[in-house]
Amino acid sequence: LIYCYRKPKTKRAKRFLEKREPKLKENTKNAMLIKGGNANLTVTEVLKDIYAVKKPFAVLYKKKNITRPFEDQTSLEFFSKKSDCSLFLFGSHNKKRPNNLIIGRMFDYHVLDMIELGVEKFVSLKDVKNSKCPEGTKPMLIFAGDMFEVNEEYRRLKSLLIDFFRGPTVPSIRLAGLEYVLHFTAVDGKIYMRSYKVLLKKSGCKIPRIELEEMGPSLDLVMRRTHLASDDLYKLSLKQPKALKPKKKKNISHDVFGTTYGRIHMQKQDLGKLQTRKMKGLKKRPAEKSAEDGGVSPKKSKSA
Amino acid sequence: LVARLPEPACRLPREKPPPRPRPPTRWEQFARLKGIRRRKKTSLVWDEQAKEWRRRWGYRRAGGDPARAWLAEVPEGADPEEDQFARLRREKRERVARNELNRLRNLARAHRAGTAVPAAPLHPTGHQSREELGHVARVARVSTASLGRFQPRLPKEPAEPPSRSGGRKRRFEPLLGNLAAERSRQLQLLRDMGSKKPVLDITRAVNKQLRQEEAEAAANKGKKQSQRGKRGRRQQRPGRSGKKSG
Repeated sequence: LIYCYRKPKTKRAKRFLEKREPKLKENTKNAMLIKGGNANLTVTEVLKDIYAVKKPFAVLYKKKNITRPFEDQTSLEFFSKKSDCSLFLFGSHNKKRPNNLIIGRMFDYHVLDMIELGVEKFVSLKDVKNSKCPEGTKPMLIFAGDMFEVNEEYRRLKSLLIDFFRGPTVPSIRLAGLEYVLHFTAVDGKIYMRSYKVLLKKSGCKIPRIELEEMGPSLDLVMRRTHLASDDLYKLSLKQPKALKPKKKKNISHDVFGTTYGRIHMQKQDLGKLQTRKMKGLKKRPAEKSAEDGGVSPKKSKSA
Repeated sequence: LVARLPEPACRLPREKPPPRPRPPTRWEQFARLKGIRRRKKTSLVWDEQAKEWRRRWGYRRAGGDPARAWLAEVPEGADPEEDQFARLRREKRERVARNELNRLRNLARAHRAGTAVPAAPLHPTGHQSREELGHVARVARVSTASLGRFQPRLPKEPAEPPSRSGGRKRRFEPLLGNLAAERSRQLQLLRDMGSKKPVLDITRAVNKQLRQEEAEAAANKGKKQSQRGKRGRRQQRPGRSGKKSG
C-alpha cells in the first residue's frame, strides 16, 4: 500500500487495496471463467459446472469475449488485474478445435502457463441425479496414471489442476467435511475427470466404511496445445520468502524411525547427594547407624 | 473430529511475487539514529471543558469543533491588521501540502531504491535532485580546456577551484627537489621495514579507539532500551511461575 501514489480516501478502499497487494501468506487463488466469441452449449455448460464446484473462489463472466488467448494475452491480463484472479478457464468452439477449454494461471498478472484441452464427453451436474455436496467443500484430488509423473506437460497440467481445484489452504480439517473427491486419470493420451461424493457408512469399528457415489461433472479431455512458462520464470514464481520457512526448533532431532530426541543441558550434579525416593524398608536401623558412627550420636539428646 | 494436515509436499507457484521490504523513510532513519520509539496514543482524551472523555480527533473531538472556533488570539509579534483566521487556514494548507510532498518524496525514494537508476545524464532532465544537480554542475565546471580555472562563479560559490593536485592523497614531491630530505626519508623507510617491532601511527590508533568507543556506546544504548522494554512488559503480566531446573 505504501507504493500507492493516490492514497485511498476511505477505509473501505484501503481494505480493498490491501487485499490485492502482494503478501507473505497469499489469498486463495480466484478463477475467472470466460466464454470465447463462439462458445457452444457444451462449453458453456462446462463453465457453469466448474463455477458451481469452485464457488465462491470463481467469477463467471456472462458475456462472450472475442479473444484468442494463444495469440494475444493482453485481454486476459486486463481481466485478471481488474478482478484479481490468477487462474482462468477460457471456453471456445470452432471447426478445427471443437469444444475447446484453455486452463491457465497467472503470475504477477502475466500469463504463466496455459494448456488447451478438448472436451470429448461431458456429463453435467444436472444429468447425474444424485445428492450433491454443499458449495465451497474442499475437494480431495487423486491423480492416477504414470503419465502425470513422466511427461513434463502432464506434470505441469497436474500442478495446474491442483492449483485450480485446491481451494483454501488450511492447517487442519474436519473429517466429517471430507465429502468431495475429484479423480483424474491419464491413460492412452486422454485425461478422464470424475467427481465422487464420499458416503461414510457405519462399520463395526470406529473408522467408518467409505463408499464413493458418482456425482457432479465428469469430463473426458484430450490435451491439445500448450504454452508453458520458461524454466527460470517458473522457478521465480515458485520462490517463497524466507519468513515463511518453518522455524527449526533447537535441541530437537528425529531419527529414521520417527522417534523424536531431545537434548537437555544440565549443570554438574553431585550424584552422592541426589534426592531419590524414600524407601522405608531400606532405611538404616538405629542399631546399624550407631555401629557405623562409632558411638557418637549426631542428634542432641532431649533434656528431660 | 479434526485431523491435522501435514505440510504441503508439492510446491505450487505463487500468485504474486513476494513483497519487497521497503526502505525506511527519512523520519524512520532519523528515529532509528536517535533511538526514538513509537508511543501508543490513547484513543480517548479527557476534555476539561466538557468534563468527559472525548476522542482525540473526529466527530465530537476533545478540543471542540475547529470549524466553530470563534476566537483566534493575535500572537505577540504579529501584525495587528492581519486576518488571524486566514492565517490559520493558510498554515493548515501549507502543512498539508508539505506532508503530501514528503510522502511523495519518500515514495519516489523507495521506488528509486527498488529499480536501479542508471548513471545521471549530464544534460538537465526535469527530474534531477539537488545532489545530482550539484554533481553535474561540478563535472561541467571542470570539463573546460583550463580545467575550470577561469569559469565565472556564482556569488556564493567558493573562490578557488578544486585543487589541480587532486586533494591530500594525490600529492607527490617534485622529482629533483631536496636531495637530503629524500635521502633521510628513504633511510627512515628502510629502518621501519627492517625493524622487528611494528610502527605505531598515533593518530590512526587514537581515531580507531574513539570510533570503537562510540560504536560500543551506541550499541549499549540500544540494548539497554530494548532490555528496559522487555523488563517493563514482563512486569505487567501476572507472574507466571518459571520452573527453574536444578
